[in-house]
Amino acid sequence: MNNTSATVPLNYLNHKTGLWSWLSSTDHKRIGLLYLYSITIFFCVAAVLGLLMRIEKFAPGPTIMTAQTYNGMFTIHGIIMIFIVVIPGLAAVFGNIFLPIMIGAKDVAFPKLNLFSWYIYITGACLGLYSQFANGHSPDTGWTFYVPYSAEASSNVVIALTAAFVLGFASILTGLNFIVTIHRLRAPGMTWFRMPLFPWSLYATAWIQLLATPIVGITLLMVIAERTLQIGFFDPTLGGDPVLYQHLFWIYSHPAVYVMILPAMGVVTEIFPTFSQKPVFGYVPIVFSSLAIALVGYFVWGHHMFTSGMSYESRWFFSFLTFLVAIPSAIKVFNWLSTMYGGSVDLKPPLLYAISFIFLFTIGGFTGLTLGSLATNIQVHNTDFVVAHFHYIIFGGMGFGFFAGIHYWYPKIYGRMYNFKWANIAWGFLFIGFNILYFPLFIIGIQGMPRRYFDYDPKFQTGQMISSVGAVILVIGLIGMISNLVYHVRRGAIAPANPWHGVTLEWQIPSPPPHENFDEVPVITHGPYVFDNPHTKND
Amino acid sequence: MKNHDNHISSYMLNWTVLLVLLMLTTISILAIKMHLGAYTVALALILASIKVTIVLTYFMHLKFENTMLRLMVGGVFLLFAIVIAITFTDYYFR
Repeated sequence: MNNTSATVPLNYLNHKTGLWSWLSSTDHKRIGLLYLYSITIFFCVAAVLGLLMRIEKFAPGPTIMTAQTYNGMFTIHGIIMIFIVVIPGLAAVFGNIFLPIMIGAKDVAFPKLNLFSWYIYITGACLGLYSQFANGHSPDTGWTFYVPYSAEASSNVVIALTAAFVLGFASILTGLNFIVTIHRLRAPGMTWFRMPLFPWSLYATAWIQLLATPIVGITLLMVIAERTLQIGFFDPTLGGDPVLYQHLFWIYSHPAVYVMILPAMGVVTEIFPTFSQKPVFGYVPIVFSSLAIALVGYFVWGHHMFTSGMSYESRWFFSFLTFLVAIPSAIKVFNWLSTMYGGSVDLKPPLLYAISFIFLFTIGGFTGLTLGSLATNIQVHNTDFVVAHFHYIIFGGMGFGFFAGIHYWYPKIYGRMYNFKWANIAWGFLFIGFNILYFPLFIIGIQGMPRRYFDYDPKFQTGQMISSVGAVILVIGLIGMISNLVYHVRRGAIAPANPWHGVTLEWQIPSPPPHENFDEVPVITHGPYVFDNPHTKND
Repeated sequence: MKNHDNHISSYMLNWTVLLVLLMLTTISILAIKMHLGAYTVALALILASIKVTIVLTYFMHLKFENTMLRLMVGGVFLLFAIVIAITFTDYYFR
């Protein structure tokens, strides 16, 4: 393949140059890349913190840090990963870059608001980092900021709370932008049921962002008011109720899991038809399962609080609904597998990551049912089992979904190809490292290893050691994957407009896309997954 | 979605709405001094809900929007009401 191009046509990457052209750009694709670079940097910071924690736990007793440092590290690891990386993650990066293109629009509905959202995001992210270093007292409450400790701790809790509050605004504004974009800017002929499934997943996500985030924003403000003005909302010594905090926090933070996972589901739903050269199986059920996950996901927050002193009636109510939310997720898994069944499966790196997503997300989902069941929840509550479960969901789901997305859309974003062999090897390290890192935590969690503990009983050492080795393998995979992608941004082979033979709109325009996406507004005459392959049956 | 004509509210309407909102705010403040006990919060919430409805209806032009948009806003409030109801059901049974 040719590594150089004599005349590079104008596209969104080169139509303007210079740092200011990026920092002031209202082009949705450039803003998506700003998010990509910011999120990648913060992800690397939090991943290093995670690795340091795993090194600390390689052996019982203090090894490389003190107990207080460990508490600060798991807190800031959680704050960065949850609020700065995974919640904005897929929607802000791939949603920004591809939502307008996939629905045939030139940009999002409010381009300036879109750029403003990024600046708010950066402000919140910097505040989060600052909280780790200011006054020498990094926050040590965990990312959940549970009261009464967060109302009393002498560490930088207020700065961290403010960071999360500010980040929430970026999330709300992005959600609002996407909802209006989808309602108002779809190309002529693109009816709701001709819209690709990634925009559908973003639509469901955006509603959660818009409706749930304000609740946590207010809740965090209430904790700040409690700390600074001594108003008794949650602290029992001031007449407040700590369980109320948990209700309000999880009313947002459980749907936030779906803010993370729904776009990842949308990404893999684009990948399976393309790499099977076959229409997606069950388009309409996938649409409604996304909406059902978003809706039912609102009413299951109480399963985080089974041991917190909630009423018995509330506990069985939330347990029942938790089991219910598994149904739409299972529908999706069934449809993804059925999409591949009988197709011309092409095992390229994006598909490897997408299949890994199913594998890891399913393990995370099933162990979620263990946690959703009242009896078993009491046994494994606040143990490493929970840590393993949510890493399988969040990292195995959203993380691998993100990796699938970047490998899928990379040629479109940069107009270059990465090295497949390198990508496959990195995937191997990531997948194996991930399972070695997190699976032992299920076992020692059931055996009783509590989470967020700096030290542990020597009987857990084997599991902890295996897990730490997995962390090293995982980090090697991450370095390999990121190096491959970064190296080939400028040096990769020139990518054709449609290297994977995809059929959605982003593959019908040049790579990289022009500044305003389309020379002419496309007119849509059929559904999104119509393939030319004579051996496949189109919808 | 079909486009519809922009509605321009009259000054008279806007001033009237503003006046009603100020009156309700005054009642909210006076209610604190009436020593209604536990009912103070309930009254404050009812007055705040009326004010929100008026703002949404007139200042945010919901009255002049199409049914779909009204349903969507209504759905948001319904969702919020369910979430609050579930939370306080826990308190009731605890």
